[in-house]
Amino acid sequence: MTTPVLEARGLTKHFAVHDGGGTGRPRLPAVSRPVVHAVEDVSLKLPPAHVTAVVGESGSGKSTLARLLARLISPTSGQVLLNGHAAPRGRRRRLEYARTVQMVLQDPFASLNPLHDVRYHLSRPFRVHGLARPGAELDEKMADLLERVALTPADAYLRKYPHELSGGQRQRVAIARALAVRPQVLLADEPVSMLDVSIRLGVLNLLGDLRDREKLAILYITHDIASARYLADEIVVMYAGQLVESGPAEAVTDQPAHPYTRLLLSAAPDPERSTQPQLRGRGAPPSLVRPPSGCRFRARCPHAMPICAEQVPPQFPAGTGHSGACWLLDTEAGRAAPAGPAPAPPGDEPAGDLSDHGKHA
Amino acid sequence: MSQHIVTGPERSRGDALLEIHGLCVDYGQGSDAVHAVTDVDLVLHRGEVLGLAGESGSGKSTLAMAATRLLREPGVITAGEVRLHYDTGSVADLLEAGTGALRVLRWSEVSLVIQSAMNALNPVMSIRTQLTDALAAHVPDMSRRSRRDRAVELLGMVGISADRLGSHPHELSGGMRQRVMIAMALALRPQIVIMDEPTTALDVVTQREILEELIDLRDRFGFAILFITHDLSLLIEIADSIAVMYAGRLVERASAQALFRAPRHPYTLGLLHSFPALHGPRVPMTGIPGSPPDLRMLPSGCVFHPRCRFALARCADDAPPLAATGTGGRVVACWLQHPPESAPTELARPEPGLEAWAPPATADGQAATQGGSAA
Repeated sequence: MTTPVLEARGLTKHFAVHDGGGTGRPRLPAVSRPVVHAVEDVSLKLPPAHVTAVVGESGSGKSTLARLLARLISPTSGQVLLNGHAAPRGRRRRLEYARTVQMVLQDPFASLNPLHDVRYHLSRPFRVHGLARPGAELDEKMADLLERVALTPADAYLRKYPHELSGGQRQRVAIARALAVRPQVLLADEPVSMLDVSIRLGVLNLLGDLRDREKLAILYITHDIASARYLADEIVVMYAGQLVESGPAEAVTDQPAHPYTRLLLSAAPDPERSTQPQLRGRGAPPSLVRPPSGCRFRARCPHAMPICAEQVPPQFPAGTGHSGACWLLDTEAGRAAPAGPAPAPPGDEPAGDLSDHGKHA
Repeated sequence: MSQHIVTGPERSRGDALLEIHGLCVDYGQGSDAVHAVTDVDLVLHRGEVLGLAGESGSGKSTLAMAATRLLREPGVITAGEVRLHYDTGSVADLLEAGTGALRVLRWSEVSLVIQSAMNALNPVMSIRTQLTDALAAHVPDMSRRSRRDRAVELLGMVGISADRLGSHPHELSGGMRQRVMIAMALALRPQIVIMDEPTTALDVVTQREILEELIDLRDRFGFAILFITHDLSLLIEIADSIAVMYAGRLVERASAQALFRAPRHPYTLGLLHSFPALHGPRVPMTGIPGSPPDLRMLPSGCVFHPRCRFALARCADDAPPLAATGTGGRVVACWLQHPPESAPTELARPEPGLEAWAPPATADGQAATQGGSAA
């Protein structure tokens, strides 16, 4: 794999729980104040020209991970490396970082200011980062941006206000704004989940194009594992703040290694399914204030063993570039292989060379 | 969820329970009126799960709200007829019904589950109070004790233990709140449960659990479900038949399998191509070009024609009528199906043969290959 543009090493984020301050109760001392273990020891790499999907349910920590990577919040421990170097601290450096790593948010109805037109939204990054002077140069750059996200003719769009645009067009404007600074990394947090079904693929295909044409490293955060399979080169599955599985997109969906990934796949809507799926691992995620010891999925896991409560499972290999944090994959210890077939139907292609996948956009 | 393949067609041949004819709903009046629902005909049969699919603004919620007279200002029903068939054989015209009559039949005949269970439940009242409220209002002679027993029974039906009776909504997870909503909806054993995006805000595992419970309850009690969602891939799994709406109009209705294996309307085809598959080779997909129209400025002729890759010249001028086509009670509003032989191949796949009269062997084989290309 090529050198990652952005890398997370052992990222951990704990949020202090609000203790309802102001009610007259004395505040607890900092050490004993409960914390939410939102993200726990997550490592991942974002190589150029690659879409990495982070799949997880609400509360799995996927958005917190994106905010950590965008350096909107600082980690409790762990490191973010940009092009191999520790991401710099300080306000001015922060701006430098933002020039390389940009974010696209879920709700294009909220992320654009209803009082300003598209021209304003697109000119802001050029001004903030001092990349273009107002005038012909700026106009040209903005027109170029709109072309890159397939909003043409640019002139017509520059004058429009958010309410005059459809959801898909708004999200394209938000993506164009992120592209203004020529970033190397795009962090897209549920970029299509608020959009109408018929226009989602258009935006996903745009992200695929940006990967292929502009060699962007893209983090695609989603709860929809089918869309992750469609767009991403690699899928990372999170559960209760932990990274439970990662690997080439089709390997993860077609030969899932972790029982939680299998549960997700069996619960996902699938019109091709002819019989009712077996849900193995019903229930809900654990409290992240007092997370269970060891593997956080063990309470729901159909294969839980004593060791699952004792130690957090490390990442075990599960194929080429594919790994799972599950004691069942610990072949050296001679533990039983996961029982039950993966919910993969017949006729699947074997997972092949990573570089060939997901470049269809 | 156990299969509609067997039960679907039989159920859909059941008696009509709710008949909607020529329903039109506007928001606002006069020249500024937005036509949210235009001339919709839809029949919900006894015990059937009817999926109503469409994007935001397609009028699917407005249709359900209008049909049950729950539409709020500035919504106005401008035309149509909604007939509810009681068990006894008598028929009520819901659009003519007065407030008193509506109050009686709501909850006892027709109940509603909406998406945001957090907003639908009263945050300052216990689950018990909210569950027994409808009972107290509709069955005045029911004792306090038997109301409580019924509340416990209802919670049990959706897999929540009785010790949750005293809980308030904020003490329950999203999935449990939605289960409470379903339990409430079933309190008076209605014939029809309308569910508007009931699981959209939930995680997929919780969604699947609730849908399983729901279909089990349907099998036990035999109520009909009008299930409204934008998620067509989910509907194909759970619904017996599916109606697809676009810009306030019904464009196609067929059994779930027929719609999935052999769509007849280009919009249905486009929607099916908007959901990436969970398995099989990864192929580029395009969704549907353009975006749903502004209801204030609807295109002439067929409202879908500007986004339709098969559009004919007449599509821009003439709105196609909703007409029966093929077998199995399918209706479709598209000029391409006039006559069906002239339809492009993608819209002329053979019916999947799930209807009893189709020769099973060949039809199955076709269905399998068709499915691969449809996904």
